[in-house]
Amino acid sequence: MSTVFIALQANEETRPIIEAIELDNPEAVVNREPAMVKINAEGRLVIRRETIEEQMGRDFDMQELNVNLITLSGNVDEDEDALTLSWQN
Amino acid sequence: MQLDLRTVSIEPLRNGYDHLIRRFGDKPASRYQEGSYDIQATENLHYRPTWDPDQELYDTSITKIVMADWYELKDPRQFYYSPYTLSRARQQENIEANFKFVDSRGLMDMVPDALREQAIRLLVPLRHAAWGANLNNTLICSYGYGVVFTQPCIYHAMDNLGVAQYLSRLGLELGDTRALEQGKALWQNDKAWQGLRRFTEDTLVIRDPFEVFVAQNVALDGLLYPLIYERIVDDKFAAEGGSAITMLCQFQRDWFDETRKWVDAVMKRAAAESEHNREQLIAWTRQWRDRATAALLPVIEQVFADQADAVMEEQLAAFKVRLDKIGVEA
Repeated sequence: MSTVFIALQANEETRPIIEAIELDNPEAVVNREPAMVKINAEGRLVIRRETIEEQMGRDFDMQELNVNLITLSGNVDEDEDALTLSWQN
Repeated sequence: MQLDLRTVSIEPLRNGYDHLIRRFGDKPASRYQEGSYDIQATENLHYRPTWDPDQELYDTSITKIVMADWYELKDPRQFYYSPYTLSRARQQENIEANFKFVDSRGLMDMVPDALREQAIRLLVPLRHAAWGANLNNTLICSYGYGVVFTQPCIYHAMDNLGVAQYLSRLGLELGDTRALEQGKALWQNDKAWQGLRRFTEDTLVIRDPFEVFVAQNVALDGLLYPLIYERIVDDKFAAEGGSAITMLCQFQRDWFDETRKWVDAVMKRAAAESEHNREQLIAWTRQWRDRATAALLPVIEQVFADQADAVMEEQLAAFKVRLDKIGVEA
């Protein structure tokens, strides 16, 4: 297995997103760098719209993720409800 | 000469305030958490209020609802001052644009006279009900316990003032100051409105903040907003040539959808706390739902005439589905 990751800017907007990722991926490792949060996971990382909305308390469009996205690695499977990173394809 | 740039990561000595770390673990806290949790004084409240020496300044025993931790009643929207004011400012701009649009194109003149009269009779008196809701939510804020529970109530109270103002402006558009005078006269004297007026005045004297919450925010608003704004303004008025009125009521509809999530979250958590809470909430919900139904029926009869019962029946079924979902099987 190899690692996939996503890196987001560290600000008030991404805080609920990061919390949602932590909830959906208990095995993921969150590294808080200066001004950036990089989340590593073995093999697979899933980001769900519903969990983000629960954390955020409002409707969320998955495209909003791109505003604060720094980089990611892994094959991307994206639709309106989730974004999944993996090396399985 | 060669310059090497490297990032130096400086670990902060503390990630957050101690009381937040105790609650949420050792990680950076959000602004909502910093501005809401454990700020209210809990001990060494030296003096009892002169206006009621039987209670403490912040007292959990004013309500029958018992919570081990009142900070569990979190607001899912996570509103504190800044996001609340920002989101309302955005909505205000929106609705302002709607008023301008209706004004500049003279859309109100295109509404048939009969419908306009009906809108005055139905919507303008509601500003007095919104004012009652403002007072009630202010009471919850002042007598309730725990900032995460009381903070949204004062926002809710401000929103109700906003609703009352939008209704007043709508009244001015519909029939100038005459409409407002007529609305007040209807609220005070017309038979159709006395039930709702009685309901509002009776809730004003309840002392238990959680009972007020159930009576006002769950029971009355939970029936009034969908009935008036969805069924009448959106469906009926719009179909009969009153789209201008629909545009000017946009805030009320959006606001109800948004605040409903908060009301549901509070009810759900409080009911899940204990069987005692659940039974109390069910009893209150039943009692005030029945009163709200009786109060609103003559109001919607003005529009639906003999179909009012059927419409109310449908709305009550929807209300039941909503409450069943959050564990309050009223």
